[in-house]
Amino acid sequence: MDIFGVPIQALMGQLMLGIVNGSFYAVLSLGLAIIFGVLKIVNFAHGAFFMLGAFTAFLLAQHLGASYWTTLLVAPLAVALFGMLFEWLFLRRLYGLDPIYGLLLTFSLVLVLEGGFRVAFGSSGQPFVTPEALRGTLNLGFMILPLYRGFVIIAALMICLVTWFVIERTALGASLRAATERAELTQAFGINVPRLVTLTYGVGVGLAAFAGVLAAPIFHVNPSMGSSLVIIIFAVVVIGGLGSIMGAIVTGLGLGVVEGFTRVFYSEFSSTIVFLVMVLVLLLRPAGLFGREEG
Amino acid sequence: MHLRSLTWPLLIVGLLALIAVPFFPQLVYSVFVMKTLCFVLFACAFNLLLGHTGILSFGHAAFFGSGAYITGQLVKAYGVPTELGILAGGLVAALLGAVIGALAIRRSGIYLAMITLAISQLVFFFFLQAPFTGAEDGLQRIPRGTFLGVIDLNSDTALYYVVLGIVGVGLWVVWRTVHSPFGQVLRAIREHEPRAISLGYPVARYKVMVFALSAGLSGIAGSLKAIIFQLAALYDVHWHTSGDVILMTLLGGMNTVLGPAVGAAIVSTLNHYLDPFGAWVTVITGVVFMACVLTFRQGVVGELGKLLGTRRSAPPQPPATRPYSTGKPHEPTR
Amino acid sequence: MPAKTPFKAFALSSMVLAMGAASGAVASNGFSDDVVRIGVLTDMSGIYTDLSGEAAVEAVRMAVEDFGGEVGGVPVDVIYGDHRNRADTGASRAREWYDSEGVDMINDLSNSGVALAVAAVAEERQRHAIVNSSSNIGLTNDYCSPYVTHYTYDAHSLAHGTGKSIVEDGGDTWFFLTVDFAFGIGLEEQVSEVVREAGGQVVGAARHPLDTTDFSSYALQAQASGAEIIGIASTGADAINAINALAEFGVTPDQRPAALLLWYDDIVSLGLETAQGLMLTNAFYWDANDETREFSERFYERTGRMPNMAHAGNYSSTIHYLNAVEAAGSDDPDAVSEQMRELEINDFFAKGGYIRPNGRMVHDQYLWEVKAPDESEYDYDFMRLLTTIPGEEAFQPLENSTCHLLDNDQ
Repeated sequence: MDIFGVPIQALMGQLMLGIVNGSFYAVLSLGLAIIFGVLKIVNFAHGAFFMLGAFTAFLLAQHLGASYWTTLLVAPLAVALFGMLFEWLFLRRLYGLDPIYGLLLTFSLVLVLEGGFRVAFGSSGQPFVTPEALRGTLNLGFMILPLYRGFVIIAALMICLVTWFVIERTALGASLRAATERAELTQAFGINVPRLVTLTYGVGVGLAAFAGVLAAPIFHVNPSMGSSLVIIIFAVVVIGGLGSIMGAIVTGLGLGVVEGFTRVFYSEFSSTIVFLVMVLVLLLRPAGLFGREEG
Repeated sequence: MHLRSLTWPLLIVGLLALIAVPFFPQLVYSVFVMKTLCFVLFACAFNLLLGHTGILSFGHAAFFGSGAYITGQLVKAYGVPTELGILAGGLVAALLGAVIGALAIRRSGIYLAMITLAISQLVFFFFLQAPFTGAEDGLQRIPRGTFLGVIDLNSDTALYYVVLGIVGVGLWVVWRTVHSPFGQVLRAIREHEPRAISLGYPVARYKVMVFALSAGLSGIAGSLKAIIFQLAALYDVHWHTSGDVILMTLLGGMNTVLGPAVGAAIVSTLNHYLDPFGAWVTVITGVVFMACVLTFRQGVVGELGKLLGTRRSAPPQPPATRPYSTGKPHEPTR
Repeated sequence: MPAKTPFKAFALSSMVLAMGAASGAVASNGFSDDVVRIGVLTDMSGIYTDLSGEAAVEAVRMAVEDFGGEVGGVPVDVIYGDHRNRADTGASRAREWYDSEGVDMINDLSNSGVALAVAAVAEERQRHAIVNSSSNIGLTNDYCSPYVTHYTYDAHSLAHGTGKSIVEDGGDTWFFLTVDFAFGIGLEEQVSEVVREAGGQVVGAARHPLDTTDFSSYALQAQASGAEIIGIASTGADAINAINALAEFGVTPDQRPAALLLWYDDIVSLGLETAQGLMLTNAFYWDANDETREFSERFYERTGRMPNMAHAGNYSSTIHYLNAVEAAGSDDPDAVSEQMRELEINDFFAKGGYIRPNGRMVHDQYLWEVKAPDESEYDYDFMRLLTTIPGEEAFQPLENSTCHLLDNDQ
C-alpha cells in the first residue's frame, strides 16, 4: 500500500523517527515554556544551553572519564547551576522591564558562549561515542530502530512527565504556579519568590542541557549546534500556547512528526514548515493550541 | 544646558562631517560609511514601529532583503535604471509590509513578533529557492549604473553623495512622520490602544500604514546596500538581520528619533574595527551588548538625554517599562 | 595563539594604516609602494574557523618568512581580516584593502559567496585574489579574471576525483544526500554527470536544508533507494551528521558513503570509529610524503594543529605569488599575473602545477580512504592514498570553460 508513492511501512518508520526528533523539541520547549511562564522572558540562550549541555558531557567524558549515565545526571545540573548564577547576577536586574531586554541579554549570552567555545575548542566539533549498552538495534517489524533512539524517546518522555508532575501535583509546583499568576501576593504569603524564580530558570536551563546530553551521541557536538534550533523552539512554544506546559510537550512531539513527513515529501521545506504552521495556528487560534485566551 | 538646544548644532556638525567623508580617505573609508548609512536608515525605519507605535517586528529582514534582491535583479537582468530599481525595491518591500502587517496586527505583543518572524522565514525560503538569487552565492555583480542618467555611480565618491542624499530624505520622512498628526495617533496607539479606538481612530488601518512605510524605507535601505556592494545575499533576508536591527535600535535608544541611527553606527563600527581580535570578536561583541543592556537601558542617546538632565520635547516617552503591550491586557477585537 | 596576539595585531594594523596614509606617492624600482602587502581574508570567528581561520593567516605568514620576508628588496607584510561569512562584509573589506591599505593580493577566501564577491572587486580594482577554500567553479568560468586564481580545489576536481574513481571501482548506483544550497546542488549535478558518463546510474536524491541535525529520515530514504553508493554533497556539521546517521541506522557498510567535500578537520571530529572506510578527495594530506611531513611538522609547531588542504594551498600559493613578483621585478598586477601563469609550481603541495589563462591552478588530486582505528599507528595517522588523479583529468577541460578571457585569446 502506498501513500503518494511512498510505501506505508516507510511512512511508519518516518513517524517513529519524527517522534524521536519531536522528543528533543518537547524537552527543549518545555524548558522554554517554564521559563517564560514565570520570568516572562523569552530565553534566547536556550539553544546555547543545549550546546553547553552536550559540551559539558563531552568534557566530563573526555577529561574525567565519566560514564554516559553520570554525564546525563551531572551535566544538566552543572549547566543549571551556571544558568542560576546568570539569572542571579544579571537577568534579575531586568524584571519588570519590557521583555525585549531579557531577550537582548540572553542573546548577548549566546554570543559569549558560542564565541567562547569556538575559541576554546574550534568550530568543527568533537566526536562522542554512544554508550556501550545502547549500541544495538531494535526490530520494530516495520523498521530497524537504533536502540539509542528508542532510549531518547523514553528518557525525554520521562523527564517531561516528572517536570509536569512536579509543577502540577506538588507544593513546590503550586507556589510556582501561584508566583506565575500573582507574584506579589505569593510573596506576601511568605514564599521566597526571587529564589523560586532563580530555581525556575535553573530547571528550564537544565532541561535544555539534558536535551543536549541526549543529543550528544547522535548529533554532532559543536559550538553552533544550538543556534539554528532556538527559533524553532520558540515557534513550538508559541504554537503550543505560551506558558502551557502540556502544550509545549505535545506540540514538540507533533512538530517532530510533521517535520519528519515533510522530509519525505518536500525535504527542502522541512526547516521552514514549522513557521507556516505557526502563522496558520496564530491566525486561527490566537493563544496557540493549548493556551488560554486571556482577556 | 538643555539637550534640545544642543540638538541642532550637533546635527549640523554631524552632517558637515558626513559631507566631508570622501575628502579624508585616510581617516575613514567611504564605503564603510555608506554601509553604515544603510543600516542607519534601516534602524530608524524599524523604529517607526518599535519605538513610535509600540509594535515589535521580528521579521524586518524580509523587507530589507526583498529590497536588495528586487533592485539587484531589476538592475542586473532587466537593465532598469538604478534610481527606478531602488524605488521599485522600496515599493515591493512596502507592499510586502502592508500584507505582512495586515496579518500580523491581528495579534499583539509577542504573538505579533512571532507572526512576523514566521512570515519572514517563508520569505527567506522563497529567496533561497528562487533561481535568480544564486542561493548562498548571492546575486552577484549587480551593475551600479548611473543616477538619473547623469551621475556615474561607479565612482565611490559620487555614489557616496547619492546614498547620503537618499538616506537623508529617508530620515526626513521618518522625522516628518513622527512629528505629524499621523505620528501623534501612532503614539496614542502605543500608549493606550483601546482609548485610541474609542476616540474613533481606525487603528488597524493606521498600523498597516505605518507597517508599510517602515517596510518601504527598510526596503530602500536594502536596495542601496545592493547597489553599493553590487550584490544581494541570503544574510540580508536571514533572521539574524532582523535581530541585528532590533539590537541597533535598542542600543541607540528606541524612544528617540535619532537613537537607532547612533545604534546602527555603533554596531557597524564594532563589526568593522574588531577584526584584529580574531576569534574573540564574537565574545567581545556579546560582552559589550550585555554591558549596554545592564547599564544604559534607554540606549546611548536616551541615556545621554537623561545625563543632560532633560528629555527631548517630542516625541514624549512612554511609561518607561512598557513600550509595547505584551499581548495580555487588550487583545484587539477580531 | 596566545591571547596577546590580537593586541599586537591591532597595533600593527594601526601602524599599517598610518603608513598607508604616509606613502602612496613614491614609486621606486617597479614597486607601487615600498611594501608588498598580502591580506588574508578568512572566517576568523564563525563556523569555518577550523577550515581556514587563524591557521590560514599563520600559513601565509610562514610562507612569507620562508621566502625571506622581502621580495625584490621590498618588505612583505601580512594583514588579516574576518569576513564573517557575509559576502558584503568580505567585499567591503577587500575594497578597503585594495583602495586605502595598499594590499596587493588577498588570499584564502573561504565561503563561495565571499569568494565571488571579492573576485568581482579584484577584477574591478585590478589587484590579485587567490581562492583556496571555496569550491565555486564560477570563479574560472563566467566570473573569471586575469587577477583571480583558483588554487587548491574546485567542484569539478571533487566530482571527478571521488565520483569517477568510485564508479570505475564498480560503485555504479548512486543516491545523493545534498544540502539545499547552490554548492551542494552544483556538486550533485557534477557528480551525476560523471556517474552517467561512466555508465553508472543515479537512483535518487534527498535535499536537506542547511544546518539539519537529524538525518535519520534521510538515512532511511538512502536505505530504501538500494543504491550502492551514498554521495554526501555537503560539508562540515551537515556532512558529519549525515555520516553518523548512516552508520547508526546500519545503512553503511552495506551501502558505501562517499563524501564529496570532506575536510581533514571533519575526519578529526567524526573520529576514526565512525569515519573508517570513507573515501574523499583532498588536494593535500599531511602524511603523504617526506616533503608534506616536513611542512606539516613545522606548521604544527606554530599552530598546534596539522594543516588541511586549504592551509597548504595558502602557503603554496603565497610562495608562488612572491616568486612571480620577484620574476616580474615589480608588483604591477598585470606583470605579476603574467609571471604567475608562466612559472611552474613545484613544491610539497604540487608537482608541475601551472595556472591556466582562466585562473585555474592545475595539479594532481588524491583520493584517500580513512583508516580503521586499529590501522592508525600514530597521532594524526588517519588516511591512506587510494589513487592519484592527474590534474588534467581532475579539473574542467579548458575548452569547456565559459571564461571570457579564453574567447579573446583563442
